[in-house]
Amino acid sequence: MNAPLRRLSAVVVMLFAALFASSTFIQFLGADSLNKRPTNSRTLYKEYSRQRGPIVVAGQEIARSVTSKDDYKYQRTYPGGAVYAPVTGFYSVIYGETGMESAAGDLLAGTADQLFYRRISDLFTGRQPQGATVELTIDPKLQRAAWDALGNQRGAVVALDPKTGNILAMVSKPSYDPAPLASHSEKAAKAARQKLLDDTARPLENRAIAGRLYPPGSTFKLITAAAALDSGRYSVDSVLDGPASLALPQTTVKLPNDDHQSCGPDDKVSLLDALRISCNTAFASLGMQLGEDALRKKAEEFGFGQSLRVPLPVTASTFPTGLNPPQTAQSAIGQFDVRVTPLQMAMVSAAIANGGTLMRPNLIARVRSADLEVISTAQPTELSRPLSRSAADQLRTMMLAVVQNGTGTRAQIDGVDVAGKTGTAQSAPGSPPHAWFTSFASGRGGDVAVAVVVEDGGKAGDAASGGRVAAPIARRVMEAIVR
Amino acid sequence: MALVTPSPIRTRRNVELILLVLAVGIAVSAYGYLGLATEGRLPGDMVTYGGLLAVFALVAHAVLRLRARYADPVILPIATAINGLGLVVIHRLDLAEKRPIMESFAMRQMIWTGLGIGACVAVIWFVRDHRGLARYTYTAMAVGLALLLLPLVPFLGRQIYGARIWIGIGPLSFQPGELAKIVLAVFFAGYLVTARDSLSLVGRKILFLQLPRARDLGPLLVSWVISLLVLVFERDLGSSLLFFGLFIALLYVATERTSWIVIGLLLFSGGAFTAWTLFSHVQLRVAIWLHPFDPANSDNAYQLIQGLYGMASGGLLGTGLGQGRPDIVPFAESDFIAAAIGEELGLTGFFALLLLYALLVERGLRTAIGVRDGFGKLFAAGLAFSMALQIFVVVGGVTRVIPLTGLTMPFLASGGSSLLSNWIIVGLLLRISDAARRPAPDTSALNLPIAPSAPPSSSGSSGRVTPSGGTPTEVTP
Repeated sequence: MNAPLRRLSAVVVMLFAALFASSTFIQFLGADSLNKRPTNSRTLYKEYSRQRGPIVVAGQEIARSVTSKDDYKYQRTYPGGAVYAPVTGFYSVIYGETGMESAAGDLLAGTADQLFYRRISDLFTGRQPQGATVELTIDPKLQRAAWDALGNQRGAVVALDPKTGNILAMVSKPSYDPAPLASHSEKAAKAARQKLLDDTARPLENRAIAGRLYPPGSTFKLITAAAALDSGRYSVDSVLDGPASLALPQTTVKLPNDDHQSCGPDDKVSLLDALRISCNTAFASLGMQLGEDALRKKAEEFGFGQSLRVPLPVTASTFPTGLNPPQTAQSAIGQFDVRVTPLQMAMVSAAIANGGTLMRPNLIARVRSADLEVISTAQPTELSRPLSRSAADQLRTMMLAVVQNGTGTRAQIDGVDVAGKTGTAQSAPGSPPHAWFTSFASGRGGDVAVAVVVEDGGKAGDAASGGRVAAPIARRVMEAIVR
Repeated sequence: MALVTPSPIRTRRNVELILLVLAVGIAVSAYGYLGLATEGRLPGDMVTYGGLLAVFALVAHAVLRLRARYADPVILPIATAINGLGLVVIHRLDLAEKRPIMESFAMRQMIWTGLGIGACVAVIWFVRDHRGLARYTYTAMAVGLALLLLPLVPFLGRQIYGARIWIGIGPLSFQPGELAKIVLAVFFAGYLVTARDSLSLVGRKILFLQLPRARDLGPLLVSWVISLLVLVFERDLGSSLLFFGLFIALLYVATERTSWIVIGLLLFSGGAFTAWTLFSHVQLRVAIWLHPFDPANSDNAYQLIQGLYGMASGGLLGTGLGQGRPDIVPFAESDFIAAAIGEELGLTGFFALLLLYALLVERGLRTAIGVRDGFGKLFAAGLAFSMALQIFVVVGGVTRVIPLTGLTMPFLASGGSSLLSNWIIVGLLLRISDAARRPAPDTSALNLPIAPSAPPSSSGSSGRVTPSGGTPTEVTP
């Protein structure tokens, strides 16, 4: 009977082989597709039942996980609320994550490569993996000042440390409360999200870095001036043509100054005064002389065309291509198809403030593991050098003049040198202009570069200008640090 | 003719002791790991429960030293390891469901583990020679059939979750099918060892198949009818497959006639197909098996799908004990304990478990090959193969190789009847393996109690296949 017994053993081997094959298929080969099936609640539980790390600003948690009694074990809460919502984003069981919750998602969840060794030790000790703490560069004083100063106007404020690129404030209005979006109740989350989506003011957009881009208006003159200085043919004292309105080639349309006045005696104006009073005609003709390519090159050195990650994804600012001379003239004063983010205009000021060196903007200061051990610290890195030292100094002189006795006097702070540039950008025909101000200052609390945009003139409406609406907001933000 | 000189045979009891320490160690460290994972510390009762399991295992070991010195040294440690691991997984599911300790499945399983090992010890102690069991061939048939059909008795049988495989008296319930497996293995072995000559030698040859005589088909037809009864009225595909498969396998081993397998498979597929066309509950099972993700089956396939999701989420290395969600699967501690292991211990752990089972079955089959008497061969093969078939039916059901059935994983799943029966099987296999590995003394000492129903030719039967004629060359080392 031993021969059939051996054959029976072979049958047993085949039975087991079938089980090895089927389990391999389920747990290895087909596991991904099973894990991704829409009815698989486990994948969600697995992801959402981890204790996610907090997002911290100056020692205060602005997003954290607290234990909950439901299947997910933890509920994400947002003590930072609407003030920080554009930065934190939200973490939803139903809609996934946005903002820093998404950009630093693997760190917060504890699955990032940097946490590899800790995960290995978790594996052996059986400890539940915990997410890392992400500490932001945001300064709550500036964030709060920017939030309050913007009031209930639509717009955005970005503050940078020019020396490090650290983002000190990032405010976008209108904002939203992330809490209901993070709700585990599908009904509550759906209702909250639909309400925000239906809002015509688009509160879910982070206008500071990723909203619809804005025309920069006269703030772009800083880049035109930088291109002029860079060409070596111009200095602060160079005399430009500044008529009340400029006849553009190839067309009958004229490009006027905002006040329809000549920029100086005999229609002549120095580069410094042209920037100080924001002379359109002078910069338009300067732009045509420099040419489209020189302007674009300078703009790109300041960061145009780059989709930065701070690590929140930043929409690239754009300078148009294939321009004819009138379009070049328009672009040189920040109109036509030039489009920017508020962060981009803060970067322009920051580069000038930092002696011509532009630092890479960054939001994450430090990452700590769950047991508070520092895993990584942000190192300031250079993004580009759009200006020579002397060009930076000359631009600084011009911008100081803007605030001292030019269009930006409302940004003055007693005892502090404030440098700035106003902008009043035509957006759509019939609607009030966007008010811009980009500036920098340095004082006891450190250095800061601030860009402000107020959509459609804010409270001032048609009477709005950068100097009137945006400059005071920038001043209040700068005051929060330099005083 | 013997080409191999018999070498002195060692008892290997010390090997067994070392393996037992390892087996208990696996269970205890799994328990410790679970505590660390869920509460961040080692459980306080780790020593108590670990010690209890060790005592159970050591008692069995001691009895083997006294009563079956040559028994296979691997069988007991494997059964202990799987049983211990099962206890930890069941405890883990108790924690997830927050069952109080007195109502916990793990506590009940611990008690049944003690009773099971006790039964195993009793078998080794009281069954001095397995051949004595051949005397009860026809008693076994009656008892086996009765046990199998007991759940069909009105008032006594209980239908739980669709399958009528339980009997209940008051608060106690029992799955008689588990014990029937053993009793029927006695009957099959006893019957086939006497009938094998007429079943294997007589008959016409058609093509390459030696067909049996019509009247010799009787027993096969009877067992076929019974297995169909079980399938249809107890709604238990698993047991049906198990009993019929066991009978066919032993019939083949006894007669070496492939024709029996062909006839058996034809009968089974015919019966299964007929049942499928006639009965809606069979159709439902098949539909769930083939199209679990079909929205029409979503309610009925929930358990199967959750099991698949659980295993998939475990991946290669698993979530770690206590860190997955096996409690999402209904009946994770019994029907779907395999999925729980796959989820938390990963494919790696699942393979390890399957290998333990495969090794256990292999030791059983090796015992069958090694033992010298025909009854012992068929009995050991029957016990081992029934275990293999049961594992295949359960894991195959969970992993969609075959339709899902109601059988339980031997030693692993929560359930007293199953645990008790499987420990009895271990006791019997240990007993037979002792006979298989025991150095052949003078033949007069071996042939002591021959069952009255067994023909004298049975003990010499192995001589037909093995040139060495039953000398210790066949003995497993």
